[in-house]
Amino acid sequence: MARTPQTLFEKVWQRHEVCAESAATPAVLYIDLHLVHEVTSPQAFALLSKRGLPVRRPERTLATMDHSTPTTTAQVFGGAPITIDAAARQVRELEENCARFGVELLGLRHGQRGIVHVIGPELGLTQPGKTIVCGDSHTSTHGALGALAFGIGSTEVAHVLATQCLLQRKPRTLAVKVEGTLAAGVSAKDLILAIIGRLGVSGGTGHVIEYRGDTIAALGMEERMTVCNMSIEAGARAGMIAPDETTFAYLRGRPRAPTAEAWERALEEWRQLPGDPGARFDREIDIEAGAVEPMITYGTNPGMVMPIGGHIPQRPGDPAFARALEYMGLNAGEPIKDQPVNVVFIGSCTNARLSDLRTAAAVLRGRRIARGLTMLVVPGSQQVKRAAEAEGLDRVFLDAGAEWRESGCSMCLGMNGDVVGRGQYAISTSNRNFEGRQGAGARTLLASPLTAAASAVRGRVTDPRELT
Amino acid sequence: MERFTTLTSRTVVLPAANIDTDQIIPARFLTTTTRAGLGKRLFADWRYDEHGVPRAQFALNQPAAAGCRILVAGRNFGCGSSREHAAWALIDHGFRAVISTEFADIFANNALKNGLLPVIVEEATAAWLIAHPGAALAIDVARRTFALPDGTTVSFPLEAFARHRLLEGVDELGFLLAHASQIDAYERRA
Repeated sequence: MARTPQTLFEKVWQRHEVCAESAATPAVLYIDLHLVHEVTSPQAFALLSKRGLPVRRPERTLATMDHSTPTTTAQVFGGAPITIDAAARQVRELEENCARFGVELLGLRHGQRGIVHVIGPELGLTQPGKTIVCGDSHTSTHGALGALAFGIGSTEVAHVLATQCLLQRKPRTLAVKVEGTLAAGVSAKDLILAIIGRLGVSGGTGHVIEYRGDTIAALGMEERMTVCNMSIEAGARAGMIAPDETTFAYLRGRPRAPTAEAWERALEEWRQLPGDPGARFDREIDIEAGAVEPMITYGTNPGMVMPIGGHIPQRPGDPAFARALEYMGLNAGEPIKDQPVNVVFIGSCTNARLSDLRTAAAVLRGRRIARGLTMLVVPGSQQVKRAAEAEGLDRVFLDAGAEWRESGCSMCLGMNGDVVGRGQYAISTSNRNFEGRQGAGARTLLASPLTAAASAVRGRVTDPRELT
Repeated sequence: MERFTTLTSRTVVLPAANIDTDQIIPARFLTTTTRAGLGKRLFADWRYDEHGVPRAQFALNQPAAAGCRILVAGRNFGCGSSREHAAWALIDHGFRAVISTEFADIFANNALKNGLLPVIVEEATAAWLIAHPGAALAIDVARRTFALPDGTTVSFPLEAFARHRLLEGVDELGFLLAHASQIDAYERRA
């Protein structure tokens, strides 16, 4: 009898069931790779200490520090103290916990340190078919390589440290099929913002998304990461893309990817992962790539998003909508183009990889950022930083008047002191425009690196296609 | 974990939809390395002005909110970041249940792990609750119901294992550790 056709997600899920779920109990799901950072792990290590438990599989666990770490070279490498005491304490505590529990740490001055979702793929640790978790909701990023990757809370971090497993109910599946060609000036960031606009911020709740279709197949690996990264902004736990030749070419030769015969075996296994013909999803939506324009958010969640040339929607009688616009200091029915901005942030696990920096630098080459504007460029990892410097991108940003920093989450969530001032407008390549996300009272406009760089030149929200 | 069988309390209402975990506990308070004391930072930027002075009009600052253990909120409560600090802050403040039409997945997971009950209700029930702040409710975990002040009983969904854990105070880590032989077997064949 023929096997029931399975989706990519179903294959990965089934291969990791230690115990299948029943009506009474969730599945016990095995986790191949656990990424750990300084902010959501201290309470988890404390739980292990309290119960006298070891880390079950230290070799499946990798720690780094990114969320609360400084980005100024003086504080990272120059011996200057970390200015925020509590952040310094978190860094120390992670160092101590990793030493005590035997977990490998890419620490503050390590050449391979970076944002946890940038370094996983970069090192070749993120691989097709793996289950990957981290105490961070943007763990969905790793799904770009065909892994099942999702964010967990600190209690679950402790569960994985102690047992390498999680208790999970099987999520539903949602296919987002994208067909056609993205127009010039339209990037993967614009595509995912358009998808979130269509689904809404809770449209993916309870689901794992699989992005499919010829547009997705044509995306480069870093663009796919941008798409999967923001799955959580539509409420989905995870986003996945079937592994293909683009995935394999990206992984080949990376420091922790399999080599020689192991590589050939892995390749054979990975080629079995894409969904079977006829596999069914619980839900499906279609997106026409050719209709996507450069997108920008105008409100206080990523679903409040519009084409950059459009007018801010009007929703009379919706107090939440009115409140969001009041916080943003913007008016319904008006264009967003030419809105003055104070800060431009190029960074985050969404858009701080080499291709993102190249895109922004191409706009800024030979240009200056607008007078009075602050622009922060924060590479996603130390490796991205060095690669960008080898191409001279740091000079392009510095000559344009931007700041060039050490890697980290930085202004995406403003934990480390890199913040946007109260009432100021920031165009940010990050993933969340929640109230106060980038600093108390900060007003965030999410956009692509191209739109952010073009807006930095003019000091106003700028359609990158109009910058000549 | 402490057993959670019933809860009787008046409600506090935050009608906004999509209350994200950055609102529940802003990122700048995540530099803590413990779970304790986060209640005073709960909804910090809504509760206090930029000088740290409580905003009198904010629901949690009103005298009627004192001692309330049930929060009623607009749809999609707890979206955004996976920070368990959001659940810890709500509990530290005194909440034991949140009622909404919809919860973000990671928040609901984190809440249940800490004995904070996410109660999912229909639109009509939510609308009534939002319009009646301070309503006295009696939640029964075993029956998966709560009683409105007029005696009407409302049912809510609660995953079977989560219900069992709340009622019996089951330690989930202990439950997982008890699967050691199955995990060993999986690792041998994987």
